[in-house]
Amino acid sequence: MSVTFKALENILDHYPPSSEHLISALQDVQAKFSYIPLEAMTAVCDHLGVPLSRGWAVVTFYKAFSLEPKGEHDVAVCLGTACHVRGGRNVYDKFRRDLGIAGPEGTTRDLKFSLRQVRCLGCCSMAPVAQMDEEIHGNLSQRKAGQLLRMYRKR
Amino acid sequence: MQITSIDDLQRAKGAGLAQLYPDKPKILVGMATCGLAAGAQRVYDLLQKKVQQAPWDGVVEKTGCIGFCYKEPLVDIIIPGKPRITYQEMTPEVAESLWEELAAGRIPEARVMARLDVDDMILNGGPRRLFKGKLTGFLAKAPRYEDLDFFKLQRHIAMRNCGFIDPDNLLHYVARGGYFALYTALTAMTPEEVIEAVTTAGLRGRGGGGFPTGVKWASCRKAQGRPKYVLCNADEGDPGAYMDRSLIEGDPHSILEGLLIGAYAIGSSEGYIYVRAEYPLAVKTLQRAILAAREAGLLGQNILGTGFSFDLKLNLGGGAFVCGESTALMASIEGKPGEPRAKYVHTADKGLWNRPSNLNNVETWANVPVIIAKGADWYRDIGTEGSKGTKIFSLVGQVKNVGLVEVPMGVTIKDLVMRVGGGVPENREFKAIQIGGPSGGCIPKQHWDLPIDFDSLREAGAIMGSGGLIVMDNSTCMVDVAKFFLDFLIDESCGKCIPCRLGLKRMRELLEEFSTGKGSLADLDELESLSEAVKDGSLCALGGSAPNPVLTTLRYFRDEYEAHILDHKCPAAVCKELITYTINQELCNGCTACAQECPQGAITGSKKKPHTLNTSQCIKCGACFEVCKFEAVTVA
Repeated sequence: MSVTFKALENILDHYPPSSEHLISALQDVQAKFSYIPLEAMTAVCDHLGVPLSRGWAVVTFYKAFSLEPKGEHDVAVCLGTACHVRGGRNVYDKFRRDLGIAGPEGTTRDLKFSLRQVRCLGCCSMAPVAQMDEEIHGNLSQRKAGQLLRMYRKR
Repeated sequence: MQITSIDDLQRAKGAGLAQLYPDKPKILVGMATCGLAAGAQRVYDLLQKKVQQAPWDGVVEKTGCIGFCYKEPLVDIIIPGKPRITYQEMTPEVAESLWEELAAGRIPEARVMARLDVDDMILNGGPRRLFKGKLTGFLAKAPRYEDLDFFKLQRHIAMRNCGFIDPDNLLHYVARGGYFALYTALTAMTPEEVIEAVTTAGLRGRGGGGFPTGVKWASCRKAQGRPKYVLCNADEGDPGAYMDRSLIEGDPHSILEGLLIGAYAIGSSEGYIYVRAEYPLAVKTLQRAILAAREAGLLGQNILGTGFSFDLKLNLGGGAFVCGESTALMASIEGKPGEPRAKYVHTADKGLWNRPSNLNNVETWANVPVIIAKGADWYRDIGTEGSKGTKIFSLVGQVKNVGLVEVPMGVTIKDLVMRVGGGVPENREFKAIQIGGPSGGCIPKQHWDLPIDFDSLREAGAIMGSGGLIVMDNSTCMVDVAKFFLDFLIDESCGKCIPCRLGLKRMRELLEEFSTGKGSLADLDELESLSEAVKDGSLCALGGSAPNPVLTTLRYFRDEYEAHILDHKCPAAVCKELITYTINQELCNGCTACAQECPQGAITGSKKKPHTLNTSQCIKCGACFEVCKFEAVTVA
């Protein structure tokens, strides 16, 4: 999605020009574009009257923000303690191998999937779990992880 | 419905009770995140469709999680004059036949988990018996809730409404005695008396520290400056803990009522709830609850006609563990990076926007209305000498009955794991529990008679934390666990102070050496002394408690560290550098499952003949081990 003034105005209209709304406004930007485009960050900071450096500080501090565009499907693999002791690490490595992502997190070249780690989705009873977009899948094994990816590729 | 006086509240209670126990059958579907993850949405949709299509006089409603996460999705049937029956492991197909039986006037018998004869209703005049006379047939034989091992030791106080009410229905909450405690506090007690009650009750913070709640409130009340803020910490970051999510999703108004009472006691008219954005359902439930309370007049000006005014804002976290720390949380609400500050000036004096602020955790707030309604002495009777009341634990990991359990303080580890939890699955051996999240520690089997309360856990080197209790068996490597927590903490360290930022990294390097079979015994000493330095030198509790997982594993499982260093062996067969996978030629029947799954093509062999694994190609992903049904793949 391209960054338009209209889209940004729709977000900024909700916020009075005060620095306390920086995180909330950026969260809206993230939700809208699935990343924080530089133009949007500048607009948010200008609107709220905070220096751009504060925007950078916040965006790079919190995990919820990304400076890179995200893939079509968000794959969040839980590496909380319960998932860890039930083999979550191996499941996560399987996702990485199948998606061909070199680093710990990243987006596939075709922008189809973004893989990230998350520390506890609060579904420990079904460990190991992963969240694909909005849906949570529990009791995963490496084989089930492979099946999930094949299923989402077709979507 | 406007609730602006005690009469309104009574009327709302009557209306709510008529909905909770209507004079027609009612089906309840557990729709918290754990239920949804297990497929509750499809069950709910199907039942709703059925009810709308057929001329059947009954209702289908959603509810929160009663704690039996391992039996999800759960469905309850409430028929007038009958015990409430809980059905487990529901699927749309089973739900369909369940509904058909019910529509035909029969009580379904398949997948019954338990029956509930008496609804405790602790805040609404006491127990409500759901039927009269004697039970017959299968109902008489169905186990009662209190007969189930999982439930025997439990006592639901904070979770009093979870699984009983529709969290989005304010009337349901009022029907079970909700907001009456607020009325009592506002009309029959002075703020000082409220604080006194909370202090006498012995309520201690449920978020981790265990600081006496009443003392905290008193110092904030005394502090100079206005406005004052009350805050709710719903940034549940401990991996393996999800009681706050469940409380919010199951009973959000109990938290709002707690905050209102706290605000009155402290003298505040504004509050914030800081909630984790990773919990979308909890966020939505809170938004709806705040809106409903505001519309009813329970938030805003002149609440219940008493002249007391209070309102709330909801703030979404940005996904930083450190924001669970009070000063970091406040910085985050102000729109800044969540970096903690040194607390030589307490947040009770100068907190959010440099004003007096009082922060408590979700579970703490949910306990407050009970203390006011039932009295401090009632609450004091539960628990141990120094730790009063109950605590919710998320009993997870290598344990049979996985779920949320609320037990009186002082229950032993053994009882919690073996009785409530039903022990370790697949006849493996219980090894340790990890409690308190990344700030807590591992407590081994030889200490399993330890009563779980704030003080005895601290003595054992762990902390209560928010109540994540992860059970570990002999397939868990303690060096790996220590490494896991350090990874987490390095990731989440805000980087402001050096002991935490660099100390943890160096500790991680040492652990990496051990887990690859390198290092020396002298390194163990370095790890220990470095741990102490990080503990003493860090600015906030994150760094101050970060070495706990390392220190406790060193204290209780030193032999396991030594096995890595001296024998180059990982006894639990976890550390990848030290293990090898092999295929037992006698057990392998050549089913080819492993060969198909191996990403390296390292497994070869013809059909129905024993396979072999080429270890030089093996990346030790464990895929073959997972798929083998004949235990032919071994790891050592």
